[in-house]
Amino acid sequence: MKAFLLYKNIDFDMNQPLPWNEQALVQDLELDTLFTAMAVDDKFLYDVIKKTVLTSIHNTPEIILYRQSVLKDCLKNPTILRNIYNIVVETIESEKKIYWGILSKYPIAILDRSVEVLQMYIRALKKIRDIANEFSEQFVSEGFKTLFAMLKRELSDEYFAEIQNHLQILKFRDGVLISAELGKGNKGINYVLRNPTNLRKSWLERIFNLDKTPIYSYTIAERDDAGARALSDLRDRGINNVANALAQSCDHILSFFTMLRIELAFYMGCLNLSEQLAQMEAPICIPTPTEKEKRIHNGQGIYDVCLVLTQKQKAIGNDLNADNKYLVIITGANQGGKSTFLRAIGLSQLMMQSGMYVPAVSFSANVCDHLFTHYKREEDTTMISGKLDEELSRMNDIVNHITPNSMLLFNEAFAATNEREGSEIASQITTALLEDHLKVFFVSHLYEFAHSFYERKLENAIFLRAGRQKDGKRTYRLLEGEPLQTSYGRDLYNKITQKVNIAS
Amino acid sequence: MIFHSILSEQKDTALETADPQVYFVDLNMDQIIDSITASKQEYNLKPFFYTPLTDIDNVLYRQEVFRDLENQELFMAIKRFAQNLRTMREYLTQANKLYYLFQKEIWFVDAIIIYCNAVKDLAQDINLADLQSRGLIVFRDFLRTYALSDRFNKLLLDAQQVKAELSTIKYSMIIKDSTIKVRPYESEPDYSAEVEQTFSKFKQVAVKDYRVKLSDSIEMNHVEAKVLDFVALLNPEIFIKLNDYYESHQDFLDETIGIFDRQIQFYIAYLEHIEIFKPIGLQFCYPKISNPGKDVFDYAGFDLALAYKLKSEESAIICNDFYLEGKERIIVVSGPNQGGKTTFARTFGQLHYLTSLGCPVPGKRAQLFLFDQLFTHFEQKENIKNLRGKLQDDLVRILDILDKATPNSIVILNEIFTSTTLTDAIFLSKKVMDRIIDLDLLCVCVTFIDELSRYNEKTISMVSTVAPDNPTLRTFKIIRKSADGLSYALSIAEKYRLNHNNLKERLKS
Repeated sequence: MKAFLLYKNIDFDMNQPLPWNEQALVQDLELDTLFTAMAVDDKFLYDVIKKTVLTSIHNTPEIILYRQSVLKDCLKNPTILRNIYNIVVETIESEKKIYWGILSKYPIAILDRSVEVLQMYIRALKKIRDIANEFSEQFVSEGFKTLFAMLKRELSDEYFAEIQNHLQILKFRDGVLISAELGKGNKGINYVLRNPTNLRKSWLERIFNLDKTPIYSYTIAERDDAGARALSDLRDRGINNVANALAQSCDHILSFFTMLRIELAFYMGCLNLSEQLAQMEAPICIPTPTEKEKRIHNGQGIYDVCLVLTQKQKAIGNDLNADNKYLVIITGANQGGKSTFLRAIGLSQLMMQSGMYVPAVSFSANVCDHLFTHYKREEDTTMISGKLDEELSRMNDIVNHITPNSMLLFNEAFAATNEREGSEIASQITTALLEDHLKVFFVSHLYEFAHSFYERKLENAIFLRAGRQKDGKRTYRLLEGEPLQTSYGRDLYNKITQKVNIAS
Repeated sequence: MIFHSILSEQKDTALETADPQVYFVDLNMDQIIDSITASKQEYNLKPFFYTPLTDIDNVLYRQEVFRDLENQELFMAIKRFAQNLRTMREYLTQANKLYYLFQKEIWFVDAIIIYCNAVKDLAQDINLADLQSRGLIVFRDFLRTYALSDRFNKLLLDAQQVKAELSTIKYSMIIKDSTIKVRPYESEPDYSAEVEQTFSKFKQVAVKDYRVKLSDSIEMNHVEAKVLDFVALLNPEIFIKLNDYYESHQDFLDETIGIFDRQIQFYIAYLEHIEIFKPIGLQFCYPKISNPGKDVFDYAGFDLALAYKLKSEESAIICNDFYLEGKERIIVVSGPNQGGKTTFARTFGQLHYLTSLGCPVPGKRAQLFLFDQLFTHFEQKENIKNLRGKLQDDLVRILDILDKATPNSIVILNEIFTSTTLTDAIFLSKKVMDRIIDLDLLCVCVTFIDELSRYNEKTISMVSTVAPDNPTLRTFKIIRKSADGLSYALSIAEKYRLNHNNLKERLKS
């Protein structure tokens, strides 16, 4: 029994590795803020969401569309989704509370516990099945339709009756019937528990001597403790397998619940986040993904969801029209929203690829098969390797992992030297990436670098500039425009000194 | 030809000695034999290794067997045979220990099946081998005859029959409260499988195995025994057959097979031991026997005891060459201390001793002398408190050795007469040398008196050496060259710029 809410026909693999540059992505895009907001203190949700979002670089548009339709069902039926999820979580938690007891090394104890756990599971399965019966009409996505149909089909009343019958037999009212053979040293082997349902009937036959089968009987003397132990040891051999089968069945059902929890968790995260964004009236949209070979990137009101979550108010979005472009170079005023924009680009890409809505009014992009961030690192300047050395070493790592449809986000990269050298390095690297048709977003204040690309008048490059109003106030909006030689450090200086003046 | 022993063709050859030879400790042969036999304690192989052969033909007989066993397939076949017989013995021991008769009997039957299969397998494997050795060829013929005998085949077939019938038995137990009932099995379905089937739809991933590891003792408790009794009552013919078999085959093991099983381990143990040195490039060879001549040599030889120790420390092992030809009889070893002189002397002794066992020896090419007696005199450091007493002891022992030695003996002297003045030592040493020369003995003499190396035409000089660029570093190479007791001291002096020219220069300035 499978849920298949994340993929059409495969389970979500929680053990799949995260991308090699997972740490850099989390740090540079402040993904932790996103994950935390989606998880709302649920460690399990957090883990699943992190896995889902970070591994989304492997997703095709088809997978994304499949998830989008499941997501739409969730956004439409939040209460039902939460109900199912809560039953699943409660069941998993309850299992942990049913103790093994001190006799867990005896098959009989394993059997008893398994029966108890099983009864609890059956109650939960019934509840979920009943939800499926009642509400399946309200769901239109392929994922949910398949799931509900499966629950109805597999968890029929007949099936529950079959389980009850087993639980009855396992009480062994008429004794335990075990077959065996002679093994090494003439000791009994291949102890197999046999279905004892016909035991009673055949006893009757024997009483009336209808059955000539010889039968020998031995009763342990009352004070023969060793004999009693030996007898229960034989019985243990008989029920060892069935105890195992039952305990494993419990584990299988538990793993079914766990699997269900994993598949639901991602959508629970989406619900959680959408509710928070709705409160701030921050817009979301279902994006349009295109094939990875295309170079599509356009949208309106693209904003940094992490900034919104941190500042708890909606932010200014930017528009982008970079269809058929490989290179976006962003220049302009300090604190003019360049880094925020770059992060919004990274976040919207990952969110779209994982099947989520995107923090924008509208959004469309080709999927990428790898996402890299190369940000200036303030903190880790070691004594051994210089700053530029460290930056180039990271670039080397990226190139080691690069794929044909990668997307790269550079933030003030290669600035750890003078502008000429930095520009030259940045320029050489970017040219190579461009020639390979990789998608590059480059935030830089390296004027020579940005300007030289502008001069080339490339068809597949666009230039964005953090703007400002005439009074020097930042707009936090990026507009297309030629890179300008100076950053607006003076403005910043003025702003700070002004504040000081006002305060004094 | 009737097979007698894989260790000797001649029936009257002494094959075992209870105690090691007196020179074992001096040559570190005790360490070598301990290592060789360590994993083979059950065969009690040491008495074989304590017994040198004095007859050339016996040595060749063993060398032939060794060469045949270098065939890896044959070697493995014999190893399997040995392992099988070991298992058989374990089974018999177990059968003796068990309390319930039906258990004893079946362990006994199993032991016989293992034995018979071991014999059959070996007979087959040994047939495939291209044998050259007299020993294995005659053994093969014996084995073939034995394995084809009616008695042997019936022994196996009857055992297999009993086992096959026992394995067809299937019975059921009904356990309720404190009563257990036993009856034939009536094809009721496997209930665990039914349960598993019901829940199989939930299967996601592999889950834990909850089967409790129930202790499986070899013995039975009285309830199991009772059940087995009931099973026997349900199947009386089979159990009567079992009992008959047990009673009538108590002496199933062939004596010759038993002896072969033990004696072949002499070869196996030795070959396994030398195998560990081959990956590090050390070589072994079959020495030619020089007798009656005394031209002996060994190239790339080494101390087998030291090699074992150094290998476990992953240190390099140094090989050395020597040869004696024409009138040469005595190797006089001198040179810097800790340079490998004693090791060289031991190696000389070990090589000859191993030859006398019929074993391949360290070295890539060797010709060695089959001695009638081997004597060693190694300085005993613990007696140093009484110098006069020690000198006397030394002298008594050496003269005793020379009394017993014949022209076919080998003598190894290590640092004799160190406890007296140089004049005394030279005097006594020369007296001893004269006796050795008179007896025409093969001899290694480690000494600080380098005059001895130039004593006469029977003596040759070998010296321990140092690395030219760092005189404090020993190479442990012993090379044949004239002894100049000064080069070592001079090179150290040079190192400290204290030789004549250095010092002159330094004093000038």
